[in-house]
Amino acid sequence: MNGRTFRLTEPVDFLVIGSGAAGGVVAKELSTAGFSVVVLEQGPYWRETDYSHDEIKYTFQAGLTNDTKLQPVTFRKNENEPAKELKAIEYGRQVGGGSVHFTANYWRFHESDFQERSLFGEIPGTSFADWPITYADLEPYYTKAEYDLGISGLAGANPFEAPRSKPYPLPPMRVKSSGALFERATKQLGLHPFPAPMAILSQPYQGRSACVNCGFCESFGCDMRAKSSTLVSVIPMAEKTGRCEIRPNSYVRKIVTDARGRATGAVYFDAKRREALQRAKAVVVCANGVESAKLLLLSKSNQFPNGLANSSGLVGKNLMWDNGSFASALFEHPLNEFKGIQVTRLIHDYYRADPKRGFYGGGGIDARFNFYPAGFALFGMPPDAPKWGAEYKKMLATYFVRTMSMLAHSTSLPMEKNTVTLDPEKRDAWGLPAVRITYDPHPDDIANMKWLLEREYEIFEAMGAKKMWAQPVEMFSTNRHLMGTCRMGADPKKSVVNPYSRTHDVRNLFVVDGSNFVTCARQQPTATIQALAYRAADYMTRTAKAGELG
Amino acid sequence: MDLSRREWLLGSLTAGSFAEIAAAREHARKTVGGATTVHFEFFDAAMAADVEAIAAEILPSGDGPGAKETGVVYFIDRALHTFDAGQQNVYRAGMREIRETRQKLFPDAASIAALTADERLALVRAIADTDFFEVVRVHTLLGFLGNPSYGGNREKRGWSYIGFEDRMAWEPPFGYYDTEAK
Repeated sequence: MNGRTFRLTEPVDFLVIGSGAAGGVVAKELSTAGFSVVVLEQGPYWRETDYSHDEIKYTFQAGLTNDTKLQPVTFRKNENEPAKELKAIEYGRQVGGGSVHFTANYWRFHESDFQERSLFGEIPGTSFADWPITYADLEPYYTKAEYDLGISGLAGANPFEAPRSKPYPLPPMRVKSSGALFERATKQLGLHPFPAPMAILSQPYQGRSACVNCGFCESFGCDMRAKSSTLVSVIPMAEKTGRCEIRPNSYVRKIVTDARGRATGAVYFDAKRREALQRAKAVVVCANGVESAKLLLLSKSNQFPNGLANSSGLVGKNLMWDNGSFASALFEHPLNEFKGIQVTRLIHDYYRADPKRGFYGGGGIDARFNFYPAGFALFGMPPDAPKWGAEYKKMLATYFVRTMSMLAHSTSLPMEKNTVTLDPEKRDAWGLPAVRITYDPHPDDIANMKWLLEREYEIFEAMGAKKMWAQPVEMFSTNRHLMGTCRMGADPKKSVVNPYSRTHDVRNLFVVDGSNFVTCARQQPTATIQALAYRAADYMTRTAKAGELG
Repeated sequence: MDLSRREWLLGSLTAGSFAEIAAAREHARKTVGGATTVHFEFFDAAMAADVEAIAAEILPSGDGPGAKETGVVYFIDRALHTFDAGQQNVYRAGMREIRETRQKLFPDAASIAALTADERLALVRAIADTDFFEVVRVHTLLGFLGNPSYGGNREKRGWSYIGFEDRMAWEPPFGYYDTEAK
């Protein structure tokens, strides 16, 4: 730990809960603006030297994510069925949060993503709505994020991208075989492939080395510091101010308030599971699209009987996540997809919703490496392949180096019946209620995934694939990119936070992370989470300096 | 694979705390060192031979190394007293059932390991749809293709067989199709 340490009883200016994509940014912005900041992080504080290329640890044993043995999750499709224990959700759980292990896709939203309700009309059974802010409001903050963190990409290469005030700070990453095949085929089909914008350094940047193409990005921590997580970018900047303490292994169970209904700090379990109370003048919750809602629900009191900042009743509702269509294909020659970053080319041609399709939807399709060796053997082979024996083994040798995948990042419509609630029975290892997830996708989300899968097959055919396969789009898997549960809006009756991520009910309490999302665009949320965090931190600074948070 | 089965399998693999995994890796350093460990902690010698016989049907030797040459049974033994210790009873019960099936199908054989190649294949076909076989299959593949520090994938033979290599850095071109790309 590099920063200073604060005493519990000495109120800090801002207490930030969560150190991931949003929390790291908020900590850096507030501490460099002159405020004292304590960041409470559930998970440990690891460095690049702690990481390794150990597939068993990182992809099979939740090495960098929530461990359901300690924090069980229950799941049900609707409130009429009993919730059963199931790892329905996954999130990063260490300093840096999900920005440490993510694939590093870094897409800005399109302009239309903020106004889809106005553009496409009402969708029955949903809470589909416009955002209270526009792309233009966020643009300066997208740019700030790209330059602070270090994003590689090629401005203007995507004809569908929204206007940008500056190019990417770094040129795009080197294409790999999946990207080269994808680029050629999509151009033949009249589509517009472009280099994937990635939170990975294509050249040395701000004292960090460029990526060396080791291939261990998704699910792994980067042992080169080339992946632009908050852990290696903004968190060190925060610590360098001498005004920010990152406090790991600190699991918050309640935000406390005073008689005036202002937040005064948070009670948390420390590394030894002892309770501690950190006092603060303002509190910023950046715990992710599930944990932030959980914490507000846990923080109920006589004053806030439905949970803190929940006068709207919307805390925990409108959960959205990373629906998508995934397909793989076999080629004649080795692609060796395990070398280099996961994603190098993609298209946004099918991104925008089109009423002519008969459903709301759309998606971005990327060409990707998806399976490390053991994962490929277990989940990456065609469904009609044998599962064991001499033929299976021979197929592994042929298929592993000759297979690539595509992922269509698609839609998850907001619906109030999709929720995060506190499980009434199941408890975690600290004695807190387990998260209970209720989620059933909208029929349009399913229709969209099926339609996008057909587009992937068209592209694979144009690539000259020898064989193509996919699992059914309805197959449930663990979900990430958690969004929607503390929705942003101008109307306190219809939203939890205002357009600057301040809760409507508690003037010195902010929630900023994926939970603010009104709609989820095509569910690549990290760039937008971070742009929101920069914008919210700006507002926190202005309001705190003006004495408006007291 | 249906949802519940897949979740169950993955859940079974998350049993370890970091302390246990660290212990496993420390254990790996102490006991393996090379590729010739002959010591088992969970299995007795007869059980190890039977488990290995089944693993060798999942990944046979022949056109390159299989479960035997990569030390899969050592990986499984270590898993069962480190990060996957929660599955010890699953193995006890599962192997008891397979041995009973062997007794019914091939009463004259002394053990699973003592079956002829054809008999072993017939036995594995008879149990291939059981949940326990899926557990052994998952362990066998992890032992074949997981990090060698867990006791399997000896001399990285599993990785070499499928064409994978774990290197800290790669230079383009990476594959056939990006040779001419920029």
